[in-house]
Amino acid sequence: MTSTIDSTGAPGFPAARAAKCPFDPPPTMQALRERTPLARVRLWDGTTPWLVTRYAEQRVLLADPRVSADMTRPGYPSPAPISDAPISFILMDDPEHARLRRMVTAPFTIKRVEAMRPAVQKIVDDLIDDMLTGPKPVDLVQALALPMPSLVICQLLGVPYTDHDFFQEHSSTMINRDAEPEQRRDAAGRLFAYLDELIGEKLTEPGDDLLSGLTERIRTGELTRPDAAQIGVLMLIAGHETTANMIALGTLALLEHPDQLELLRDSNDPKLVAGAVEELLRYLHITHNGRRRVALEDIEIAGGIIRAGEGIILANDIANRDPEIFSDPDRLDIQRDARRHVAFGFGVHQCLGQPLARMELQVVYSTLYRRIPALRLAVELDEVPFKHDGSVYGVYELPVTW
Amino acid sequence: MKVTIDQDRCVASGQCVTAATTVFDQRDEDGIVVLLDPSPPGELADDVRHAAAVCPALAITLTE
Repeated sequence: MTSTIDSTGAPGFPAARAAKCPFDPPPTMQALRERTPLARVRLWDGTTPWLVTRYAEQRVLLADPRVSADMTRPGYPSPAPISDAPISFILMDDPEHARLRRMVTAPFTIKRVEAMRPAVQKIVDDLIDDMLTGPKPVDLVQALALPMPSLVICQLLGVPYTDHDFFQEHSSTMINRDAEPEQRRDAAGRLFAYLDELIGEKLTEPGDDLLSGLTERIRTGELTRPDAAQIGVLMLIAGHETTANMIALGTLALLEHPDQLELLRDSNDPKLVAGAVEELLRYLHITHNGRRRVALEDIEIAGGIIRAGEGIILANDIANRDPEIFSDPDRLDIQRDARRHVAFGFGVHQCLGQPLARMELQVVYSTLYRRIPALRLAVELDEVPFKHDGSVYGVYELPVTW
Repeated sequence: MKVTIDQDRCVASGQCVTAATTVFDQRDEDGIVVLLDPSPPGELADDVRHAAAVCPALAITLTE
């Protein structure tokens, strides 16, 4: 029954990418996927959870209610020492997860996100105006990739953008897997205190934003103030870190694939742009540490059994390169249909902000290269500092010129 | 083709709306799926199948 499961010599996870292929998942993990759909891997604490390597099994498990996202359960494969900070709904199971999540889904409907498109376009145009009148070369991360989604999420949440140095510094620490647990706890504590204070202000003076909406729930007793502050921390971090990395890393990937960049730049078709965004999400997959879960019951899958209490890591980046689903998967092809990718996860925990992220990326990718057609890297590729150490992959800096 | 939805399972991802705008919509207050057309015409079959395939909560069921 367990014959297809490789339980010998569990390789370390996460694994290193190949220096020459910064856009590809670690070669050892790709090789594991070719060998087996389920493999044991060894984590930082010596535990050996299952790594689910293939697309089909990942979709099945991520949609299975016997698979728990509750990080406080024994056997949960934690990416770092567990902190005592309050946990957010992404680490809870239904029905509590669904109850809290539904309190913040309204701003992410397709209609509401589309209504934000002109404002996002204005933010992008203004930042590019500043780039064009400023000195060259410029770091694209600081000039566009980071401020754009930060401005958008601040507007949506009702967080003053003038505080961006504070929350960007602490959120970077929180998601840096090489930071000391003490540093991460301190950063989480400061962000929590900041959001808690902001919510306090909105309780007396509500505005037309998501955090103010949460204060209504505090008043009616549906939500506690610490839970509201924790949701605020989650959305503030998730709203800028991930999109910022997709903008900078996506631009670098396109500069390294000039034929694909040319196709995107020369097209006025919103469908082509939307397709390019899906393909870059699939190809780059910046959340590269896998979705973490723990089995609540014995689960038969891929000819083996995951026992109750065993940890499960769903390596979405490896699944997005599964040749059973995407032909010639290691090729960046913005004209392929990549919409089935799992870059935002799958199941009830799928990224809440994905409609907003997709729209933001569509606006940036359809504007930047057209407005600065001569955009190019100002350093050699091997001088670009990649974020191998973070739980979100990307680049620390992207010096560009034109 | 017959389409049914399960609003209790829905996680408001909105991908069904993007895939087939005349068949699916979302409630304004929480983004939960609303079925506009339970028997979509044949020319929309591929879009509706795609909507069901990308729904992260498996909240769309098709009978063909």
